[in-house]
Amino acid sequence: MSVMEKEPILEVNHLKQYFPLKKESLFSPKQTVKAVDDISFKLYPGETLSIVGESGCGKSTTGRSILRLDEPTEGEVLFNGASMTSLSKKELREMRGDIQVIFQDPYASLNPRQTIRKMLQEAMTIQNVMPKKQMEARMLELMSLVGLRPEYLERYPHEFSGGQRQRIGIARALCVNPKVIICDEAVSALDVSIQAQIINLLKRMQRDLDLTFLFISHDLSVVRHISDRVIVMYLGSIVEIADKDSLFDRPSHPYTRALLSAIPSTDEQQKKTRIILKGDVPSPINPPTGCRFHTRCPFATDLCKTDVPELRALTPTHKVACHYAETLLSSPPV
Amino acid sequence: MFLFIVKRLVQIVPVILGVTLVVFLIMQMVPGDPAAILAGEGASQETIEQYREDLGLNRPVLQQYVSYVGNVFQGDLGNSLKNKQPVLDEIMLRLPITMELAFYSILITIVLGLGAGIISAVKPYSIRDVSVMVIALLGISLPSFWLGLLLMYVFSVKLHWLPVAGWDGPLNIILPAVTLGLGGAAIVARMTRSSMLDVIGQDYIRTARAKGLKEHFVIYKHALRNALIPVITVVGLQFGSLLGGTVLIESVFAINGLGRMIVDAIRTRDLPMVQGGVLVASLVFVFVNLLVDVLYRAVNKRIDLN
Amino acid sequence: MEPEVVLQVKNLKTYFTTSKGTAKAVDGVDFTLHKGETLGIVGESGCGKSMTSLSLLRLIPSPPGKIVDGEILLNNKDIVTMKEDELRKVRGNQISMIFQEPMTSLNPIIPVGEQIAETVRLHQRLSRKAAWQKAVDLLELVGLPSPEKRAKQEPFQLSGGMRQRVMIAMALACTPEVLIADEPTTALDVTIQAQILELMKDLQKQIGMSIIFITHDLGVVSEVCDQVAVMYAGQVVEHRSARDLFNSPLHPYTQGLLASLPKIHENQEELQTIEGAVPSPYDYPAGCRFADRCQHARAICRAEAPVLEAVGGTESKVRCFMYTEKWETAAEEEEVLCP
Ligand SMILES: Nc1ncnc2c1ncn2[C@@H]1O[C@H](COP(=O)(O)OP(=O)(O)OP(=O)(O)O)[C@@H](O)[C@H]1O
Ligand SMILES: Nc1ncnc2c1ncn2[C@@H]1O[C@H](COP(=O)(O)OP(=O)(O)OP(=O)(O)O)[C@@H](O)[C@H]1O
Ligand code: SF4
Ligand SMILES: [Mg+2]
Ligand SMILES: [Mg+2]
Repeated sequence: MSVMEKEPILEVNHLKQYFPLKKESLFSPKQTVKAVDDISFKLYPGETLSIVGESGCGKSTTGRSILRLDEPTEGEVLFNGASMTSLSKKELREMRGDIQVIFQDPYASLNPRQTIRKMLQEAMTIQNVMPKKQMEARMLELMSLVGLRPEYLERYPHEFSGGQRQRIGIARALCVNPKVIICDEAVSALDVSIQAQIINLLKRMQRDLDLTFLFISHDLSVVRHISDRVIVMYLGSIVEIADKDSLFDRPSHPYTRALLSAIPSTDEQQKKTRIILKGDVPSPINPPTGCRFHTRCPFATDLCKTDVPELRALTPTHKVACHYAETLLSSPPV
Repeated sequence: MFLFIVKRLVQIVPVILGVTLVVFLIMQMVPGDPAAILAGEGASQETIEQYREDLGLNRPVLQQYVSYVGNVFQGDLGNSLKNKQPVLDEIMLRLPITMELAFYSILITIVLGLGAGIISAVKPYSIRDVSVMVIALLGISLPSFWLGLLLMYVFSVKLHWLPVAGWDGPLNIILPAVTLGLGGAAIVARMTRSSMLDVIGQDYIRTARAKGLKEHFVIYKHALRNALIPVITVVGLQFGSLLGGTVLIESVFAINGLGRMIVDAIRTRDLPMVQGGVLVASLVFVFVNLLVDVLYRAVNKRIDLN
Repeated sequence: MEPEVVLQVKNLKTYFTTSKGTAKAVDGVDFTLHKGETLGIVGESGCGKSMTSLSLLRLIPSPPGKIVDGEILLNNKDIVTMKEDELRKVRGNQISMIFQEPMTSLNPIIPVGEQIAETVRLHQRLSRKAAWQKAVDLLELVGLPSPEKRAKQEPFQLSGGMRQRVMIAMALACTPEVLIADEPTTALDVTIQAQILELMKDLQKQIGMSIIFITHDLGVVSEVCDQVAVMYAGQVVEHRSARDLFNSPLHPYTQGLLASLPKIHENQEELQTIEGAVPSPYDYPAGCRFADRCQHARAICRAEAPVLEAVGGTESKVRCFMYTEKWETAAEEEEVLCP
């Protein structure tokens, strides 16, 4: 793969994010939520790397830790080769300009008492991207880029529809000339027809502005469409990471397989090969021993209950954390 | 739950310390010399000094405080400056009266408040709702002593239905209890209404209706119990302001309760009496709040977990 | 032989009167539900799916909502004009509902077993004990592990998937003829969603009820539904068998919707989109409500409102002029009007 020959723009090493839980009473043991438990990956310039997984598996927490919105418990994040954990306040602020976020609920993240113009101006002033005089032109350019009319600058967030608000969120992220954009469920709340518009918009931006995306989503169809590579998370750790085609064509972790087969689809073929997992997702407070997936895995053996599988490379672009990945790969789907 | 109660009981100790300290300091700062007041008008300087000596008022303030607190923890609230009787005895005489008054008042607060709140919430924005809420608003804004005088004028002086003042029979309780409870009832009514409206809009109420339950089952079994959770806290707080209110109301209706005792004691600079009274009143308040917290937890098991 | 009709909705209109005007949330909905069939209702957010389903049991929040017109015939009895006590016998007994949010649709302070037993006692002459036992049995039926223990727990002690199982158990308590499921899996994870969908299909086979399945997920529809009604702006625009709909959508809106789905099994460069936005329910256009976004629209589409009609002697119904005789003559008109 050509992208991977470049230097990574963002590198995450052994990142851990534990949240202490409030004690129930004086004598109860101290508990922690292991929201993200030792994950490492690299993000290369110009690519879209997606993170998928079920609710609560730590996708958003990963994004927040990278931005240091939550201070990571352990591990480091390198941006352009420099450690972000040791940044000064000022450097951190500059870095936040380089890495932008788009959230799921565009309404909750927009100040209801600010016009769009005010909001964009403020963001640009804080990041000090350009002299005041040029801002006007830049705002108009942004608005047309995301497909909104220039007069919408004077409006307030509540005057927009969900899809339009998401476009505003994108405009705000873009106005400070970021290099990396973290999209946390950026299209999940939207209807299909609007979702398609936003996805196309994101892809066009990436092409035109040479952006790098970390795309967090639970919707695998969208992920397939937008990504170059995909990370699959389960209970705070990475179970599989691969380039898109090999992940979707040769899913090697049993969880990835179940996840892919569980997607309802309009395709007749898909319906016949469904794997229904038993039970609920376990709690990240007391994750299962050994392989975290063993409580729901149809292939689990005694080894899986005791030994934690390493994330190891099957091919240079495909890593998986399962003791039996090779045998599973050669066996037909259940 | 047990642990929770123990923890809360332990927390009472600093509360006692705090209350005594504050009262002590305030009484030190107010003008007027207790020794001089006791000695009576025209008493000679020597007599006053003599009194001061006897009462231990010539010691340093800190020393006075420490010895007082030490005694409190042994159950000794000191003696009244005026009649030299133990303060505790006097309080034990007065407390039941005030508690009785408080009990009936809070009863009125709860019954009237909940009733009015529910009536309003079941048909929001109806004439019934609007009139109940206007009355509640009036109830909150009227000062209670004024309301007391008004009620007294109408029901006792003009209509002769109820006795004017005193504390000799059940009829005597009505006016002061109503006066004291009405303001709280208004607050509880507003709280109940908004809490009920909030709950009635919830999805699980729709679920209850979709089952085919009768409307009054929906309201009383599914909505009310959930709506009561925040109301419990308000009732607890209301009890505090109600205790404060007894000071005024007991004076207005000439009831010899704890509130009136404190007022009298302040007037005569009877320091131990004031301290003892305020301390006991605070303790009652703290215990009632503990009770409310326990109740709250019993109704709402969720907070035990998170 | 045609299976018998259980529920028939004719020209249903549910309006909301607010200070901003009248929102025509449901504006002339028609559909038919046969015995043992699963009917999917799909459409974009705000098109009136939930309000249609709530109208079926007269659960519309009122004020501001009101059913202003139409008939809802359950075994030929009209629910719209039914008396309150008669209606209560239908609710939870002949027609029951499952809602989207399993987190908030159960009473937080009542044990789940009691919430089910309550429904049982309401519609069947059973003792407290027998009703409780039935609740436990139902929880077992929906696959909740250790049902005796779970029945005594309150909703906050259960996960989202478990709560949705409880909701299903509650809905099935009186073996209803019709089960209305309003986005029952939208709030759940994919693997849990697959469990719940499987469960619903199983139970339907066992009990033989009809299901109205409301969702905006076309994948889910194709998994579970026999028939599909596509809604747009308060109306049904296409009503056909699921297979036909996915193979050859007729209405331009359905076509656009299917085309804009990202496909999991192929790589696409660009997704197709439907440009423009849904019209406001306060102010629908006079003609076809989709005309502003439709590539095929002609003058007649803006002038006249199309009706939901069977296409050329088939079972399929569609609300679009393209499939009527008027279309050919309309073509000429447009060339005159818009050069
Ligand atoms: N501030 C916090 N304090 C305690 N626990 C937290 C905190 N933030 C997140 N968690 C827990 O960490 C875990 C991971 O949460 P996270 O939001 O990253 O999940 P997610 O994968 O983004 O899920 P979703 O798909 O629902 O958004 C969850 O179990 C969550 O409850
Ligand atoms: N209380 C209300 N007051 C005014 N309008 C309302 C009210 N409730 C619903 N509506 C209107 O009814 C329309 C239909 O709402 P409905 O909830 O049926 O949509 P839906 O198709 O279920 O959407 P979703 O997929 O988002 O659940 C909406 O456009 C909304 O504006
Ligand atoms: S009636 Fe006209 S505008 Fe409406 S969908 Fe059909 S072709 Fe398009
Ligand atoms: Mg998240
Ligand atoms: Mg809905």
